[in-house]
Amino acid sequence: MTATAPPTPIPTPVADPAPPASSSRRTATPRPERARSILSTFDWKRRSTRIGWRSMHTVLLVALVALGAVPLLWMVRAAISTTTDLVNRPLSLIPDPARWSNIVDAWNLLGIGQYLANTVGLVAGSWAVQLIVATTAGFALAIIRPFYGRIVYGGFLVTLFVPGTVTLIALYLTILDLPGLGISLADSWWAVWLPAGAHAFNILLVRQFFDEIPRELFEAAQIDGAGWFTIFWRIVLPLSKPILAVVSLLSIMTAWKDFLWPLIVLSDPATQPLAVALPRLAQNTDPAFLIAGLLIATIPPILIFLAFQRQIVSGIGFSGLKG
Amino acid sequence: MTIAPPGLRDAPAPRVAEATAPPPARRRGRGSARRRAAVAGAVFLLPSLVLFGYFAWWPIGRSVVLAFQRTNLVSPAEWVGTANFDALFADPLLPTAALNTLWFSVLSLAIGLPIPLLCAVLISELRRGGTLARVLSYLPVVVPPVVSVLLWKTFFNPGEGGVVNSLLGLVGIGPLPWLQSPELAMPSLVIVATWSGAGTAILIYLAALSGVPSEQYEAAELDGASVWQRVRFVTLPRLRGVILVLLLLQIIGALQVFTEPYVMTDGGPANATVTILLMIYRYAFLFGNYGVATALSVLLAGVLVVVSAVYLRVTRSWSTS
Repeated sequence: MTATAPPTPIPTPVADPAPPASSSRRTATPRPERARSILSTFDWKRRSTRIGWRSMHTVLLVALVALGAVPLLWMVRAAISTTTDLVNRPLSLIPDPARWSNIVDAWNLLGIGQYLANTVGLVAGSWAVQLIVATTAGFALAIIRPFYGRIVYGGFLVTLFVPGTVTLIALYLTILDLPGLGISLADSWWAVWLPAGAHAFNILLVRQFFDEIPRELFEAAQIDGAGWFTIFWRIVLPLSKPILAVVSLLSIMTAWKDFLWPLIVLSDPATQPLAVALPRLAQNTDPAFLIAGLLIATIPPILIFLAFQRQIVSGIGFSGLKG
Repeated sequence: MTIAPPGLRDAPAPRVAEATAPPPARRRGRGSARRRAAVAGAVFLLPSLVLFGYFAWWPIGRSVVLAFQRTNLVSPAEWVGTANFDALFADPLLPTAALNTLWFSVLSLAIGLPIPLLCAVLISELRRGGTLARVLSYLPVVVPPVVSVLLWKTFFNPGEGGVVNSLLGLVGIGPLPWLQSPELAMPSLVIVATWSGAGTAILIYLAALSGVPSEQYEAAELDGASVWQRVRFVTLPRLRGVILVLLLLQIIGALQVFTEPYVMTDGGPANATVTILLMIYRYAFLFGNYGVATALSVLLAGVLVVVSAVYLRVTRSWSTS
């Protein structure tokens, strides 16, 4: 969904002089110093209000556990269950008997290992390309500021308003025969890596961050004889860890979830990621094996999320993640 | 935490040329500094210009051309005027797909707008467990869409092992033929899409809620406003902009729905879940009819441009208020 950029609080270098400290400060729920929200301390002391909100909160938490955690726990349970057990006791979260060999069998029989490696390769390449494009373009536009920068930036931003699905076919035909080069990228990972770089939202985020870096830093460096590349590599990038983290999380999560584009350009099963392979495997696979495959595809993004949940949940630029 | 629509608030600084002037110690004249900045800028812009050129700008332009051409990738493309559009409008599936897509959008807004808002308001009032609630609500968003669709396809299984029907059986409902009935198939897809999308909306609402000044609640309370009056007259007006933006984002997203119908039902039963994007996909990659597929993409783009224009107007009035 590239048509529109959702509202995103963007970290700034001025506000975040020390990235690690700032990230913990940013992410901590401002509970202790928060004066109040809709309800005041006085409201909480009133019996009727307290009972009403407590019960609503209980319902909410039960619903969140039931919808957020239980389906995933069920997936874990189903992945290590026998098919008969699944049919007989579909609502249980405890497998009986636990068949751990499912995971190994799914890994071997379905070739999950290969698809997982493909997914990692596709995600890593897309991440690298997006990071290179966003930082170099952001540096040129925000710091070097050539006279034509404004036009180029406008050209980048325009693409935000053309959803990827609209140019899907033309992009596919471009991949089949790169204009002027006569090369086809079909069935190659480049077909996923390179278009991932043409993502204006990253440039927008990075440019806004770079814009806030005090220009005196570059002028001082220039007096010391530093060239643009030195400024880029030694000053700007080390200062930009917060925004690089945001762009990295965004690009990695998006690339891991990507489905339609790899489905179109990677028709050779040997190159496909899990997301493309799983629906194909679902056609004729023992359900227990398939769910083991689903579980394997889900664990890495869940781990990334849990590791970075403070940054993510605190509302830092998580956007465009919805397929 | 301020929320501003990116792309609107960052008009490039108008004093570009001055800003690139070297520091006074090395002043060698504006002209050469300007030229050096132009060259250095070009070097750094090279990766983005090449990739945008090939994979953004060229395909956008080519889409417009392709809509009026016939191409089969073997013989050179030939101009066919509006034949692609004529073929499209003669396709009896087009109205079905348009109505299905609209139905999907309406349903997903009916569920996907109020529920995240309510959850966010409740979560923001949690005194303990707020982080847990945020993590739980965002977990489904992290699950790859293909996995959530295949997982829910298992849940909706009509047979004995179907989780949803077993659950409903506990309260004496069903079993219902979720994905097998033309009436229930689309609501099933909406359930899955909402499950995997609501977390994002909840987090955005929560960020907006934390931006409401507590003085306003204080003042409202002193004026004797009840809790619900505070929600109605303080919270909701402050959130109006975010709600409108999310509404439009959800419409844009819903109009492009693909993974759910493709993986879950493949458009069935009886074409009840054929969407516009599924039609584009079929025209191009099943029938090899790239011209008609692009013509439909261009039509979809027209609809989305209208929606985006509304979005822009809304965000502009919101960001200045």
